[in-house]
Amino acid sequence: MAIEKTYAEINEKIRSGKAVVLTAEEVIALVEEKGVSEAARQVDVVTTGTFSPMCSSGVFLNFGHSKPRIRMQKVWLNGIPAYSGIAAVDAYLGATELPEDDPCNSNYPGEFRYGGGHVIHDLLAGKSIKLEALSYGTDCYPRRELETYITLNDINEATLFNPRNAYQNYNCAVNLSGKTIYTYMGLLKPNLGNAHYSSAGQLSPLLNDPYFLTIGIGTRIFLGGGIGYVAWHGTQHFPGIQTDQEKNSYGPAGGTLAVIGDLKQMKPEWLVGTSYLGYGATLTVGIGIPIPILNEDVMSCVSITDRDLYAPVVDYSDAYGQRIPGNLGYVSYAELKTGKITINGKEIPTAPLSSYPKAREIAGKLKDWIQKGDFSLSEPVKLLPSFQDQITAKTLDINGV
Amino acid sequence: MAAKKIILRFGKDISDKPIIYHLAKDYGLVFNIIKANVNPNKEGTVVLELTGEQYAKGLEYLESEGVRVQPLAEQLSRNELKCTSCGACTDICPTGALYLHRPSMEVAFDSDNCVLCQICLKVCPVKAMEVKF
Ligand code: SF4
Ligand code: SF4
Repeated sequence: MAIEKTYAEINEKIRSGKAVVLTAEEVIALVEEKGVSEAARQVDVVTTGTFSPMCSSGVFLNFGHSKPRIRMQKVWLNGIPAYSGIAAVDAYLGATELPEDDPCNSNYPGEFRYGGGHVIHDLLAGKSIKLEALSYGTDCYPRRELETYITLNDINEATLFNPRNAYQNYNCAVNLSGKTIYTYMGLLKPNLGNAHYSSAGQLSPLLNDPYFLTIGIGTRIFLGGGIGYVAWHGTQHFPGIQTDQEKNSYGPAGGTLAVIGDLKQMKPEWLVGTSYLGYGATLTVGIGIPIPILNEDVMSCVSITDRDLYAPVVDYSDAYGQRIPGNLGYVSYAELKTGKITINGKEIPTAPLSSYPKAREIAGKLKDWIQKGDFSLSEPVKLLPSFQDQITAKTLDINGV
Repeated sequence: MAAKKIILRFGKDISDKPIIYHLAKDYGLVFNIIKANVNPNKEGTVVLELTGEQYAKGLEYLESEGVRVQPLAEQLSRNELKCTSCGACTDICPTGALYLHRPSMEVAFDSDNCVLCQICLKVCPVKAMEVKF
């Protein structure tokens, strides 16, 4: 008989302390031993995790009103500009924002030691942050200038809102050129000197729900060490199935999430200011998503292993930047994790950019919260678009003026 | 004059030239190699103690040959609270001093293998590698 469980039934088990929860890593052995049906019968929730630089991240802040009031037309936090083209004393601080006087790559490769992501990290660490604001003065908001110090506790709201996080899958980046390049995929040595990949693979949230059977708007998640929610599909959400020229399938890729949560209950260990040499500043974000085992299909999805998941190998010296389609083939995460892959007949060392140990820790924490009854599952208001919706990427044409 | 500890970094193109020999012969410098990691066709690093009258001239010679010279940090350490075990440094570190335990994928640092080239200081995205002079 087919196994069907509802969110209500699973939550009831969580409340009574009877829910069986495994991480996406632990469930693999169970399915290998018992099969999908028996595993689906036994397990109620499977937890996933990822801890990776996620550039499309930032925080909405409301500072409260000074006396006299200021509209805040321009805002800086520790010298990092925040967007304030919204209501008075609201601002959005983006993770990749840099000081206006940052040398960037004019001193190549730039170091990008402090950016928006670092301010978010410092706020969480309880540090005092310098707030500067300018305005033009109005009858209702007479003040034109302000300089003070704030902490996360002093301000009204701090809402983390990340428009594009938790990429379902990612490229494995290499460099075919003769010189070292500095990219958002790290330092890539010349002539296929190394290969970088960035996914938690078998622990990664969207690789465990590749067809969006459970994740949707309102899904409660682990976000930055606290609780957050899936707000929407992420920008550039183009879920699809990777294929090569012979139409062989290499599994899912292309989904993204927009996530939201109260920054004040998050932890600095799980939202870390990050700098990529020669590329820029960003924020490393910890995300974990619980997958309710509603039926055997869901169980079959979460039982995937690094052997079944593939990253396309892409040249970042030319093909990526010039938007040249195609790739240098696919490699499985199991191969990538051995530390060596072979591309164009050459054996090259690999390294991850996404922390697998931290992904495991996140999946473990989420499991712990659920087992203790501190975290229940939320049924999504609406599931996210899947590969069946065939959303395709638009490109930007450069038109003449 | 006290010996100074410095680190020399060679590009692949010059790693087969007898540079250290010239330091001794042409500039009369006394050297003591502490660590060396020079392989044909790879970037090389040599940590040495150097003394002699013509110390400054010797350094000029090295730089004219395209060798990068840095004063030596005494020790590097990995701040375990900051390190996220991302792994990004492990294929950049020239000696394997920073490496991954497999299959756990935890990053480890073996200071005995570190030649203090300091590349990891720049490459580590969260600045977990720290230098003690
Ligand atoms: S300084 Fe860093 S990169 Fe260089 S050998 Fe030591 S650990 Fe490796
Ligand atoms: S790059 Fe930095 S954070 Fe990442 S593993 Fe190396 S030392 Fe740790």
